[in-house]
Amino acid sequence: MDALDKQLLNRLQKGLPLVPRPFEAIGEELGIGEAETLARVRQLKARGIVRRLGGIFDSRNLGFQSTLVALQVPEDRVEEAAAAINAYPEVTHHYLRDHERYNLWFTLIASNEARIQEILEEISRRIAPAAIRNLPAKRFFKIQVDLPL
Amino acid sequence: MDDLDRAIIALLQQDIPLNETPYASLAAQLSLSPEELLERLGSLQERGCLRRVGAVLRHQKAGFTANAMGVWEVPPQEIERVGPIMASFPEVTHCYERPTFPDWSYNLYTMIHGKDPKACERVAEMISQRTGITRYRLLFSLRELKKTSMSYF
Repeated sequence: MDALDKQLLNRLQKGLPLVPRPFEAIGEELGIGEAETLARVRQLKARGIVRRLGGIFDSRNLGFQSTLVALQVPEDRVEEAAAAINAYPEVTHHYLRDHERYNLWFTLIASNEARIQEILEEISRRIAPAAIRNLPAKRFFKIQVDLPL
Repeated sequence: MDDLDRAIIALLQQDIPLNETPYASLAAQLSLSPEELLERLGSLQERGCLRRVGAVLRHQKAGFTANAMGVWEVPPQEIERVGPIMASFPEVTHCYERPTFPDWSYNLYTMIHGKDPKACERVAEMISQRTGITRYRLLFSLRELKKTSMSYF
């Protein structure tokens, strides 16, 4: 990844312009042609540095509810619990974290609050965690914009 | 939000084609003209449904190998003051207030990204100095168990 790739990634994170030839427009800003811009974008995608290039939506404004859930699961049951949790398409991010009590943390997006409750009840029943905490955001001070390289 | 908006979101929540005219390619799949699609996207953006058409990175591969969830115990009357300061750090991608529990007194959350755990710790120390909040923990990610984009429709 060279300096130009980094500039391009920063630009792509901010969003493509809504114009007929967006890669030409971005290339112009970076001082390169449309063909080179596209070739670099394809490379960044092929190498897996760009996970997805597409629409980034605001789940709340689409009428969806989201939350963060913390679980306490014994170490020897993490695999089993992760498989059960990850099976839900509504679970978008899930991490094992280093905390002596709450070790599994996942985010959940669903079309309504009832569905969130339903999933949490099912998970509680299926994996019987020692503790489960539903932590929906009360206030938003920053929603991911981009990560400067 | 009508059926066409939902069809547009269903398409755009995937990858857009990497060619010279990606919006025209997408519009063709929806039997729209490119102008109609761009107009719809502009309107979805104005209504706050679409943030942008942009790149989501694989942070590890982009050089951010460490990610720490910083959890902070902030006196309730201080949250309005402290939240914007934490949010102003470029290494912080998310900053939310969340509820507390008897065994969990942390109420402000910051996702911190860094080249290594030390870098995340340094950011947290700077945040602590700038805000005066000293009761916090960094919960480092040991394993990514799942990371996908939401399929809305």
